[in-house]
Amino acid sequence: MPMTKKKESMISYNQLSPERQRYLKSKQTRKRLIAITQILILVLAIVIWELTATLGMIDSFIVSSPTRMLRTILNFHQNQLLFHIGVTFLETMIGFVLGAAIGIFIAFILWWSSFLAKVMDPYLVVINALPKIALGPVIIIWVGAGMQAVIVMALAISLVVTIMEMLSGFINTDPELIKMSQTFHASKWQTFTKIVFPYNLHTLFNCLKINIGLSLVGVIAGEFLVSRAGLGYLIIFGGQVFQMDLVMTSVIILALLAALLYGLVVVIERVVIKLFLK
Amino acid sequence: MKEVLRFEKIDLTYQAESGEVGALRDINFSVADGELIAIIGPSGCGKTTILSLIAGLIAPTRGKIFLNGQEMKDSNKTNVGYMLQRDSLLDWRTIHSNTQLGLEFCGKVEASYLENVETLLKTYELWDFKDKYPRELSGGMRQRVALIRTLAIKPDILLLDEAFSALDYQTRLLVVDDVYRILRQENKSAIIVTHDIAEGISMADRVIVLSKRPGSVSQNIKLGFKKEETPLTRRSLPEFQEYFNKIWKEFDADD
Ligand SMILES: Nc1ncnc2c1ncn2[C@@H]1O[C@H](COP(=O)(O)OP(=O)(O)O)[C@@H](O)[C@H]1O
Ligand SMILES: [Mg+2]
Repeated sequence: MPMTKKKESMISYNQLSPERQRYLKSKQTRKRLIAITQILILVLAIVIWELTATLGMIDSFIVSSPTRMLRTILNFHQNQLLFHIGVTFLETMIGFVLGAAIGIFIAFILWWSSFLAKVMDPYLVVINALPKIALGPVIIIWVGAGMQAVIVMALAISLVVTIMEMLSGFINTDPELIKMSQTFHASKWQTFTKIVFPYNLHTLFNCLKINIGLSLVGVIAGEFLVSRAGLGYLIIFGGQVFQMDLVMTSVIILALLAALLYGLVVVIERVVIKLFLK
Repeated sequence: MKEVLRFEKIDLTYQAESGEVGALRDINFSVADGELIAIIGPSGCGKTTILSLIAGLIAPTRGKIFLNGQEMKDSNKTNVGYMLQRDSLLDWRTIHSNTQLGLEFCGKVEASYLENVETLLKTYELWDFKDKYPRELSGGMRQRVALIRTLAIKPDILLLDEAFSALDYQTRLLVVDDVYRILRQENKSAIIVTHDIAEGISMADRVIVLSKRPGSVSQNIKLGFKKEETPLTRRSLPEFQEYFNKIWKEFDADD
């Protein structure tokens, strides 16, 4: 497993050769330049959006504007923005955690029994290829039009990917390590907990990083259909009553939420890797 | 001298999709307590198969294997230590924790065994590295850690399957010497499998040469070295070359 090369920055600067210093400096300058440009694009976009809206070059009723969106946000106790964010967040987290847990569990079962894995293979491929959104109406009828339907939707989208990714990771564990455990007559469970699972922690986190986004997709799609609460509901509702401020604000918040959730997974990964893998 | 292991008329045929593969035919040999045996033979002649049989990973098609005088049943959990070509240390465990892995698998995480691990780490100069991770150690040291992981379970016999072939030549000579000393000091019986004639002669009390597949014993040569003569010193002795030539000829005759 690769290690991060952080040592460099710990060595004091003046110990390095001038060439090295120049190289590091140019690297740093470039990094800074990229960050500055990124921020500049954002600021510029907001300014142009705001300006063209106030100058009447674009219709702020249709495309909204930064100040109008800010007003929508500040108006949060009236439009219950926080409540809806909370709902979407909760649904996503539940769907995500369930998807990961159930997915890993099923992958484990299929790793355990290669017979079952072979049997299930074509089904997994077909279910994986199916656009899960198509199941929306079925899910609503089966589990009821509420939060549970939204969560099941999120689950439906992330589960099969998790199973397939994790199973392929488990199966591709270094055979030499498996053989080593067999020479000690390790039980299958021991081989799993002491070798296969830790060996695949990186696979797991790569999978979780994809899943958090997928869960959000499932939740928004679910909220579109169920239409009770959440950012997905706000977007649909706002669109129907032509409140584009609400729609655009919800979309932006959704983007921020997505980034935040992804960041959360990255932080958890760092902590777990530090604790267990070093 | 007490006998640790005996093969009696062992045949092994693998069932593969493409057909039957006869890997071993009529193998007979025995290993005395504290004896180091080298099994030498061309690639694919069934050396690994012999070790898998002893480790209880597969069962013979015909014949009997006796461990410490008792016949092995297929479900028999044999107490043998098996070292593979790669050290197979777990990157995410410290050296100390890696050396305890075998005990965890065998359900022997007990004070006496844990103390034994500590003693081994101290005796073989790895104690200072016990909290380091495998990637921080050289190839030779890693192999020594793998050896301690194997010795930790106090095996009746050690099996080394091309355990040095992943190392570069110079390291290999040193590690072979190192492992030899450890095996002697711990008074272990071992079967050392290699396709390197010189390596086999340098380590063993007896050399068993296998013919090409299906493998059968073509020579069983008792070497006349003294126990104190380690692999490095043996290499400069005149007998070394004689043994080498003798076995080499046998290899030639096979082709
Ligand atoms: N599981 C197996 N199924 C079928 N054939 C096998 C299997 N394992 C080994 N063989 C065959 O048996 C022969 C002996 O293999 P092996 O004991 O690994 O040889 P060596 O270790 O001497 O190189 C080889 O020809 C190999 O292809
Ligand atoms: Mg082999």
